[in-house]
Amino acid sequence: MNEACFYVGRNGQAVALADVPDLEPAAFFEAIVAAVQEGRRLACLCADAQLRLFAVLADDGAGTLALARARLREPRYASITPRCPQAHLFEREMAEQFGIVPEGHPWLKPVRFQTLGVSGSPVEPGVMAFYRVEGEAVHEVAVGPVHAGVIEPGHFRFQCLGEEVLHLEISLGYQHRGLEQALVGGPHPLSLKFAETMAGDTSIGHGWAYCQALEALAGIDVAPRLQRVRGVALELERMANHTGDLGALAGDVGFLPTSSFCGRIRGDWLNLTAEACGSRLGRDWLKPGGLRYDLEPERARALRQRTAAVWADTRDAIELLWGAASVLNRFEAAGAVDPVQAREIGLVGVPARACGIRMDVRRDHPYGPYADHPVAVARAQNGNVHARAWVRWKELAESCRFLEEALAHLEAMPPAEEPARDLRLAPESLCVSMTEGWRGEVLHLVLTDGSGRFSRYKVVDPSFHNWFGLALALRGEQVSDFPLCNKSFNLSYCGFDL
Amino acid sequence: MIHILLSRWRQGHRTLPYPKTLPALPERLRGMPSLQGGACPAGCEACQKACPVEAIHPSPEGPRMDLGHCLFCGRCQETCPEGVIRFTRDHRLAVRDREHLQVFPGRELQLAAALEGELKRLLGRSLKLRVVSAGGCNGCEVDVNVLGTLAWDLGRFGIQYVASPRHADGILLCGPVTANMELAVRKTYEAVPGPKVVIAVGACAISGGPFRYQQEQRGGVGSLLPVDLHIPGCPPHPLTILDGLLRLLGRLEEEGRL
Ligand code: SF4
Repeated sequence: MNEACFYVGRNGQAVALADVPDLEPAAFFEAIVAAVQEGRRLACLCADAQLRLFAVLADDGAGTLALARARLREPRYASITPRCPQAHLFEREMAEQFGIVPEGHPWLKPVRFQTLGVSGSPVEPGVMAFYRVEGEAVHEVAVGPVHAGVIEPGHFRFQCLGEEVLHLEISLGYQHRGLEQALVGGPHPLSLKFAETMAGDTSIGHGWAYCQALEALAGIDVAPRLQRVRGVALELERMANHTGDLGALAGDVGFLPTSSFCGRIRGDWLNLTAEACGSRLGRDWLKPGGLRYDLEPERARALRQRTAAVWADTRDAIELLWGAASVLNRFEAAGAVDPVQAREIGLVGVPARACGIRMDVRRDHPYGPYADHPVAVARAQNGNVHARAWVRWKELAESCRFLEEALAHLEAMPPAEEPARDLRLAPESLCVSMTEGWRGEVLHLVLTDGSGRFSRYKVVDPSFHNWFGLALALRGEQVSDFPLCNKSFNLSYCGFDL
Repeated sequence: MIHILLSRWRQGHRTLPYPKTLPALPERLRGMPSLQGGACPAGCEACQKACPVEAIHPSPEGPRMDLGHCLFCGRCQETCPEGVIRFTRDHRLAVRDREHLQVFPGRELQLAAALEGELKRLLGRSLKLRVVSAGGCNGCEVDVNVLGTLAWDLGRFGIQYVASPRHADGILLCGPVTANMELAVRKTYEAVPGPKVVIAVGACAISGGPFRYQQEQRGGVGSLLPVDLHIPGCPPHPLTILDGLLRLLGRLEEEGRL
């Protein structure tokens, strides 16, 4: 990597904008392509209304984030997607948000049918040129936006030859609320809420990323004890969601014991979060600078006892899966993603680890308590439904270990008086704040203006990277396996749509 | 097989005895706020300033709160210098009319009355709902979904989420209704055979919730369709949702509980 093109920083570090090299657009894009070819990962590429461009290239081995920026003189440039597939959705997003045309992009379509488009003309969701396979026996199956279960809206088009799926195109945007734009000018009283509701099932993952960015930009250190409590919050969120997912996977292959047990146990995990902060999703548990609700020794003790009990139920329910031949048979036969393609398109989180890619923000770019209290990264090799289920199972055990240690520690450590914090943000600065949500890497890129207000707030939910992985996993599968494959990714619609 | 049976034995019967008894609710749960009258210092606007969604205003009677906007974040309680606002653990929050969500000292929450006449006769013992997720954060869906699990076992009350609007007696909607979902919401509603009910779950579906200032959304389902039941919260506790559904069907009085 050409070091001169980048500022090499770390997760949750505030950088004066002036320290990030301001490149010529052509050099900016070349630097990105070269860095990705050398093995870095394009964690974020975004623009703003002034046609400024920002890129974050993660080196997960070295734990660094390389930052670069540029400014376009006119809203067009030569697309890098043909040479760097990881950029495909980012380029489409910049086109939709700011009218910046990536010339030569092979797949330039709407990302989320942004309501207030750059052109100002009304946008009709779901109306675009869908990819079509022609042929006498080829047929098309269209599903959504409203689905058959209690699920978020999205539109799916399958090109099928008989039962076999040749291609799946996923068209989202129905949950688009305009959150990135709404954050500009902040922080204001709703900003934390916006972070928590980027994807409501990842309230802690996104809420923490928001808090961490503010703390970095304000130059505040958060006491290790409070960071430990945040770790508890995040791991409880992971326990609830992974348990729910494994139960739902069991349900999709008709294995009812695990499915019905886990449905209930997921609620038990959510109740533990509510015990700590009053909200089952962890709303308002965290706040910039610290916590709204602490875990006093008494509460930590109670929580530790309940954690042990719920974990016993969880383990009992999920272990059944691995002894049932009918389950393994279905899990192993469905939804494989090729590990090489997984890297090329930049998968993150559970689906990436299920392809043998060792990445986890908690280990690679440690934040909060994870540098001092590391977690092991779970992996599997085959990239199929089984691998994704197995990774979740391993992560459950590891998160539980973290929880028990952390809660035992908090039990012995009464809260200290926290000083009031001044949350004035550094002007003209940039912070990339990442956490490992239960789906994978949550990234917030925050930019301040001359008076320390947000001038750009970019959010990359793990689902942004991973929806295309689901499309790849479906190739050659049967349409009837879609629910199983979909559940094994369990991606967020609202986290993508923002 | 033996493992499955053993697990079944270990996991036991866990369906909550509600509505016979109340399940234990978390100590920090923020349910129905209790508002005290006559104690606000002159000119105090602390709660109003603290609230991120303009859900609370000082008035001569004391703080006035719109539970349809409230996110139950508790910031007003934290800020109030006189301790006038206190969130209780009372989970019962559902009302029939939007207007009933306006509360102030001396005005009790008028909990949802049961459906009447033909609707009660048709739906009272069997209510099939099509859940529509229309632009929120998927938080309310979590707690709507959980009612279907064995812990709550919604089916025992004759309530069920169904796959098609054609099979439904009404829609249960979460989310503020984004512009991108408006057409889908209308079509889903039209596809439900009449007579039908509309249930708004969560601050978003009632008023737009935290997204109420966004031009990308419509400020809740009430802007499109007549709403029969409002269940506030961000998100509401599952018990709050279940309480609302049972009240609508007149099942709580019937079972003589709570
Ligand atoms: S609890 Fe409700 S009324 Fe009070 S500050 Fe929060 S949103 Fe506003």
